[in-house]
Amino acid sequence: MDSATLSNLPHRLELRGITKRFPGCLANDAVDLVLKPGEIHALLGENGAGKSTLVKIIYGVLHADSGTIRWQGEEVTIPNPAGARRLGIGMVFQHFSLFDTLTVAENISLGLENPGPMDALSQRIAEVSERYGLALDPGRHVHNLSVGERQRVEIVRCLLQDPKLLIMDEPTSVLTPQEVTKLFETLRVLAAEGCTILYISHKLEEIRALCDRATVLRGGRVVGDCDPRQETARSLAEMMIGTELSTPERIPQGQAGAPKLQVRHLSTTSDNPFATNLKDVSFEVRAGEILGIAGVAGNGQAELMAALSGEELVPDPGSVNIEGRPVGHLGPRERRELGLAFVPEERLGRGAVPELSLSENALLSGYAREPLVRSGLVHFGRARSYAERIIGAFNVVTHGHRAEARSLSGGNLQKFIIGREILQKPRLLVVGQPTWGVDAGAAAAIHRALIDLARGGAAVLVISQDLDELFVLSDRIAVLFHGRLSESSPTHQTSVEEIGLLMGGLFNRPPDEDEEVGRGV
Amino acid sequence: MSLLRLEPRGQASRVMVYLTPVIAVALTLVSGFLLFWAMGFDPVKALHAFFIAPLMSVRGLGELAVKATPLVLCAVGLAIGFRANVWNIGAEGQLTLGAITGGGLALAFYGDGGWWLLPLMIVAGMAGGALWAAIPAFLRTRFNASEILTSLMLTYVALLLLNYMTHGPYRDPEGFAFPESRLFEADAVMPILIQGTRVHLGSLFALLAVAGGWVLIARTFIGFQIKVIGLTPAAAGYAGFNEKKIIWLTLLLSGALAGLAGLGEVAGPIGQITPTVSPGYGFTAIIVAFLGRLHPVGILLAGFLMALSFIGGEAAQIGLGLPKAITGVFQGMLLFFLLATDVLIRYRVRFGAQKKAAGKVMA
Repeated sequence: MDSATLSNLPHRLELRGITKRFPGCLANDAVDLVLKPGEIHALLGENGAGKSTLVKIIYGVLHADSGTIRWQGEEVTIPNPAGARRLGIGMVFQHFSLFDTLTVAENISLGLENPGPMDALSQRIAEVSERYGLALDPGRHVHNLSVGERQRVEIVRCLLQDPKLLIMDEPTSVLTPQEVTKLFETLRVLAAEGCTILYISHKLEEIRALCDRATVLRGGRVVGDCDPRQETARSLAEMMIGTELSTPERIPQGQAGAPKLQVRHLSTTSDNPFATNLKDVSFEVRAGEILGIAGVAGNGQAELMAALSGEELVPDPGSVNIEGRPVGHLGPRERRELGLAFVPEERLGRGAVPELSLSENALLSGYAREPLVRSGLVHFGRARSYAERIIGAFNVVTHGHRAEARSLSGGNLQKFIIGREILQKPRLLVVGQPTWGVDAGAAAAIHRALIDLARGGAAVLVISQDLDELFVLSDRIAVLFHGRLSESSPTHQTSVEEIGLLMGGLFNRPPDEDEEVGRGV
Repeated sequence: MSLLRLEPRGQASRVMVYLTPVIAVALTLVSGFLLFWAMGFDPVKALHAFFIAPLMSVRGLGELAVKATPLVLCAVGLAIGFRANVWNIGAEGQLTLGAITGGGLALAFYGDGGWWLLPLMIVAGMAGGALWAAIPAFLRTRFNASEILTSLMLTYVALLLLNYMTHGPYRDPEGFAFPESRLFEADAVMPILIQGTRVHLGSLFALLAVAGGWVLIARTFIGFQIKVIGLTPAAAGYAGFNEKKIIWLTLLLSGALAGLAGLGEVAGPIGQITPTVSPGYGFTAIIVAFLGRLHPVGILLAGFLMALSFIGGEAAQIGLGLPKAITGVFQGMLLFFLLATDVLIRYRVRFGAQKKAAGKVMA
């Protein structure tokens, strides 16, 4: 279809005056949105701007209090996600709706109207995942999959349904640059076939590269409509935040100090057949520097994090050393006392207890290095003032130290957790996915804090799948692939493409390994 | 479209946390009213005999405290474990072991006791209960065996052991082969606290357990660790809390308190070791713990309420000729209504058909 034919068709989807009110919050305020056939349309906004609410209304998960929805020119009500799928709307959620105990194929079959026999479905899954470069084994159980792999399941599930409108909520955060490129090719092919794509992302460069139009939401209202190709990333960000954006400047590190964290020949063996065992991982992080570890989810990041935090002990104590002291046999508490602080990838449910107040969550890790416990008794007054210090120093938007952790937005909770770790004045900080799913304002603040910490003489290790982030933060970058770690290279001597190739596995390749590596290259 | 529907609340209602036990009690009374009426009794008179008459005398109130004592002792220990997702269902067995070990000392030193005998029996009773709870703790921490099953199964082992002991080694040599021990001597009996009643030293221990339990839960770092492990085990691992240590601690603690309750029975109101030490206090304590919202003060109140159901049940048997099962029926209704009304903590009831379908969030 050429563009003239497309423009004569009725709008694929037209929202008029969509309003949705939650107790105490107006999530969508008279939102208008028009999606044309075959366009890739970005939906931009900070966390809490109302993007999720709006797409949930389109997908039938939520129902608008007022306003109309027209689908291909006809007014419709979308009662539930099944109804949305019948219309031809597919959605890839940022938070996955998968059953841990079922296999990939079983999960996908649950989302389909007519899944057909499991063998044939597995075959189709394999075909689609091959075609779109989304490596996936239909027979694996979801609880063994990494975040990135779970997202692939969601994407493949949608693509199997040949949608007319595909909603993608932050789809690229866990893909390598090459995979992103490939996904974009896929999305462009889909768009050229007439499928409309509603693309939600906080990665402004991606939106500029991919999207034809952008609608910007702020505080539940539409504040802008633009062609992202005509804008800069900065102007988009400022439209979204409503104020000017301050980006952290990275001053190249002069001389790094003494090694704070040394990992030598770290290998792990897990009982779990789907865990990625670490194989002979060696690296060190010195005082004053930030080391970035890149890699696609599921390549051993979780195992490396657990081995560093002490949640999993390693057989040889000397394979993990803090300031020259072997700690492989010590648990998280002892390692914290030696100066390690730790920010896990999973914020709610590991880094913080959802049901507990911020005071109590301040105590969760703060007990090791702050005077919050005295002769076995909790000093609640101090825990409260510690929480208040974190809230103040890191601009955590909340109604106070009594707020439950789950009441905070993703970005604010992450600021709180990172603040909690940094205010303990660690000599070594290990951070997983510091800004995944965090809005641009909070991400900038978090980056600033990490850089300041390193400048103050601490060693910082950042494990992330976001290459833009690693290139902003790191002095050196290494890549984790299939449990092996590449040599690190100074950030200014490498490029996104080079790191991307390493993320695809083009390094250190032992001759006996007959797996297909370097896919997509 | 139904006329009555549940709507999720934005956040859990604190009011309902405290109100649902009251609603559950009210619903139990209404159901009891209907039950008595359907059975052909005068419901007002029956409920009065069941719930009011026992409270009308000093002796009745004393009996209430006597019955509440083992319930509260067991329930405080259980609640601390439940908060950490450690499901000790075997307090009845641990209570029985406390009676066997602590009471055994009274028999071993029969005739040559002294002031030291009762304290020693108390220690031995607690140790016996803790030992019995140590078995599920070991199996759980070593082999990841469910403590729900192991502690429950060990209860029946303990009851059979008690049966064996009273028919064998503990049997009163001058008792004409009845399966009962000798009556304990004065040195081996809990002192009476209030004259004219059977309220004994054990009730003081129960109050201490309530106070101590509250301090542990609300003020100590151990209590905080228990809370975090119960809510979010992954966060406890991240923080560096030792889950195995907490499993051991909570099981040993609840076992020791149940053992103390058992010793308090044989050295208190019973005064000897009999084949049946407890009418199911250890199981009823599970209801008491939940009815009291796993909070020591709530447990104290719930303990009195459940004690009333025991006493009222006895009164109803004697006064109205009702079967013994009436006690269990009332306890069961109470737990059932409590669990059912708990839905109100997270949901509110709305009347009338809804205008537009309420939002249903996918998992």
